[in-house]
This record gives sequence, structure tokens and C-alpha cells, in this order.
Amino acid sequence: MLGQEVPPGLIADWDIDIMPDGAGLPPGRGDVAQGRRLYQQHCAACHGPDGQGGSADRLAGAAGELTGEWPEKTVGNYWPYASTLFDFIRRAMPMTAPGSLSADETYALVAYLLHLNDIVAADAIMDQQTLPAVQMPNREGFLPIMQ
Amino acid sequence: MSRPGAGFTHYGQPSPYEETVLRNPVANPQAPGNGVSWTPLHRLQGTITPNGLHYERHHNGVPDIDPQHHRLLIHGLVRQPRIFSTAALLRYPMQSRICFIECGGNSNIGWNRLPAQAEAGYAHGLVSNSEWTGIPLGLLLDETEPDPEAGWLIAEGADAFAMHISIPVARARKDALLALYQNGERLRPENGYPMRLLLPGWEGVLNVKWLRRLELVRQPAMARNETARYTELLPSGKARQFTFTMQAKSLITQPSAHTLLPAHGLYQITGLAWSGQGKIRRVDVSADGGRSWLEAELQQPVLPQAFTRFRLPWLWRGQPALLQSRAVDEQGYVQPSRETLVAQRGRQGFFHYNAIVSWSVDRDGAVRHAYADHNALPAGAVDIDSGWH
Repeated sequence: MLGQEVPPGLIADWDIDIMPDGAGLPPGRGDVAQGRRLYQQHCAACHGPDGQGGSADRLAGAAGELTGEWPEKTVGNYWPYASTLFDFIRRAMPMTAPGSLSADETYALVAYLLHLNDIVAADAIMDQQTLPAVQMPNREGFLPIMQ
Repeated sequence: MSRPGAGFTHYGQPSPYEETVLRNPVANPQAPGNGVSWTPLHRLQGTITPNGLHYERHHNGVPDIDPQHHRLLIHGLVRQPRIFSTAALLRYPMQSRICFIECGGNSNIGWNRLPAQAEAGYAHGLVSNSEWTGIPLGLLLDETEPDPEAGWLIAEGADAFAMHISIPVARARKDALLALYQNGERLRPENGYPMRLLLPGWEGVLNVKWLRRLELVRQPAMARNETARYTELLPSGKARQFTFTMQAKSLITQPSAHTLLPAHGLYQITGLAWSGQGKIRRVDVSADGGRSWLEAELQQPVLPQAFTRFRLPWLWRGQPALLQSRAVDEQGYVQPSRETLVAQRGRQGFFHYNAIVSWSVDRDGAVRHAYADHNALPAGAVDIDSGWH
């Protein structure tokens, strides 16, 4: 029994998980146009100008279905939850400066990437309420094996 | 023998004559911390992987962590959140466990249409076997008095990826360790120093390195690495998710691809078998592409979720041969042929490739990677790219 009591504020500082129901999302907001600018600044060098054609994961623009001979997995046709986008971008991106994006910037990038995948409209705004309400096209695409 | 030898050293190194026995790092040039390095299984014997040759998979580099400043937080659905210093953790009762850790993406070139040519370890060596020593995780969880409704743990590392993933609490309580030692010494930085999770037999990504946070929750986080990655797309368009167990697999490590049998005569076929489901019960070896099999000798003791070394003498008289090994584990699971695995899963799953590996031997003694079903492929079939990100 050598664990210590946790100092006040530490859990809030450390806990950066965003859950599928949106739990953990911080206050803030961002729109598609802001996201497009931030994407060009922070993401395009590796992910390509429009979420494709770079050295890193293709994020949008999948041609064909997941059942095709050469399926391409993207945010739009594969990722089951929008919460994962916020969580992952904020904790791990960009690779050269992970954790450097603010909540507003992260919301904006999520809005842009969802728009790039035709999931939200060009005037969409992402925040604590709108992001968890986004229905991802491949939400039912997974078979839990659990063994 | 006529002159005195070299002096003593503080930390021994391999013989300079063994300087080619190396891991093979493969990373994304634009993100050099994102990649793998492969264990040279084809250059090793026995079952324990030397610490400096344990495979690596990092998502954004190896963090430099001073254990004096590293702490482990356990929180979430618990009565008493707790934080543990490294020094405090080193005082807990510990257990040791010899087991393999295997990356879910190991052997993924097997999904390619054409047999890629690489040394055995550089195609199948995202698996290594060590004696790990650490604290039973249940002991630490108990200290926080978890809510019985907390069915999952989110484990997170202190690397630049803040790598996180969800793990069922029941499994963590069964036999998970918070590992602090690897083969007798403290963990190597690239293997999670100062502490990592160990879930024997489960996919490598769940064995979170540089562990700094465990959060008890009701449902999985649906993290990037349990949705976008480490899931296996099936021909139906659906994807297998939470495929935790690494199923039985074996590999002939010698002779293997990129070697030349120097002369006709007696060779010792040897290799490794392992199963995330328990002990290896049997390994069969074939020299004729699976038409006939002989049971190999297993090095004792055979341990659950651990490398099992097999050996079988083989007389090569110069005939073309197709060498294969087939593992059977204590659950009766039989390592599948490539045809069977591809028929079940398609070719786009990327992860969890565990089919029988075939090495062809031609009349000149050249050993190459081959597919037993290779002749069935359409002429001019295009290979797929399988890159690491």
C-alpha cells in the first residue's frame, strides 16, 4: 500500500482521453475554414494537400468500397467514432510537436477532416455538443472478437 | 594463448566477430520515430532474446525518462485514486514470467500476393521472448478499490504518442504484470523503461510501454489504435476488432531464406513456435511442402505463451525441397496453411498473420521464401504494398 494520494488538479492535467460519448471533450469550438488553414500549416506536409497523396495515412478521398480488391481505409469510410479524431489529433499530432494544438485548433481540424470526408457541411462547427453527435458512416463496421 | 587477453569490462558486449547480428530498423523517413526494428531470429538459438535484440515498435520515438520523475497514476472508477513513484513500486512483491511479446503486424508480408524475400527474422521477427519481472497488476488495482462496474482499463504511455489502448479488467487481474525488469536487468529504454504492461500472449500494442496512467472505465475508449489501426478488414467490409490473442505460430529459423546450404549432407532444422493460448503441444516439420510430416523435438521446459525451440535432423541429398513447420497448441489449435488463412480472412487484414511459412531449397542449396500454393497464382499478379505508419 505504497500508493500516494493524488495531488489536486493532477488527474485533470493528465487525463486527456476523449470517450465515444464525448466525455472528456474540453470547452472550445472550431470551424471548417479555420481547420483548412491549420491543416495546411500542420498536417499537409505528411498527409498531402487534401488528406491524400502524402507519406502518412490517407485521411480522405477513398476510391471504392472497403470490399474492393484494393480497399483504402480513411477517416470517412473506416473510423467508427468522431471522438477518436479529437483524441488522437490532440494527443499525438503533429508528430514533430505532439500536444501543441489547442482545444479550438483541434475542434477546427476535426471539423475540416469531417467536411473533407463529406460527413459534415462546410459551415459546420465542432464543439462539446456537436462533435459527439456526429454519426460516422462506418459506425457499425466492426466485429468485436474479444479473445 | 601465448599473450594475456583483454581486461575486465563494466558491461559486456557481444564479440566483435558477431557484429552483423543486428536488429533491422525500418522507419518512416518523414517521421523517424515511427516504425519497427526486427529481431534477427535467424541468427539466434535457444529461446531467450538478448535485450539489445528485442524487437521494437515505436509510434513516435523512445522517450528519455528519468525514473525519479516518473510516476504511475491509477484513477477513474475507483474509490481511491493513487499515484506511485518508481521507487515505491520497486518495493512491491514481484513475480517473474518468461513469455513472448509479438506485434500484431508481425509477418504481414505473408498477405502479399507474391512471396517477398527477406531473412526470416526481418519478416517474422516482430516477436521476442524474455523473462519479465514485475508486480501483479491486480495488487496495484486493489489498492485503489475499483468500482465493480469498471470493466475496462485505459492504459497510456509517457511517449510522444501518449500511446493509449483499452484492456479488459478481468484479463488484467488474471496475470498481467507491471514489468520493471527484463532478463534480470531493468527494462531497456526501447522496451518501456522504467515500466511497462505485460499481458502474456496478447498483441504487442496492449503491452503499453513507458506506462504512466491506468484509468478504470465502463467501456473501451475506441482509441485510434483499437479502431483505425490494429483491426483487421475482412472481405465482407467488416473489420475484426479487439483481436487480443496471438494465435499459434511457428517458423523454421535455420535453414531459412537468404542462406545457402554449402554441401549435401546432414542439417539440423530448427525454429521457434509460440501460442498466445498456452503451451505448444507439438511442432511438425515437412521437407516436401506438407505432403509428409515428422514431429520435431521440443526443447524443455515448454512454457505457456513462450517461445518453444524445436529441432529435427534433416538429410539433404540435393533434391529440391519445401521446408515447413506447423505448430499445434495445448488447446488443439493447428497453425493454418496460407491458403486456409487467406480463405478465412482475405488479404487486407494486415494484422495477425500466423500461417505456415515455407522455405524452398533448390538443387544448388539456395533457400528462398516461397508459397506452397504459389503455382496457383495467376501469372502477372500484382503485389500489394504494405507500409508501416
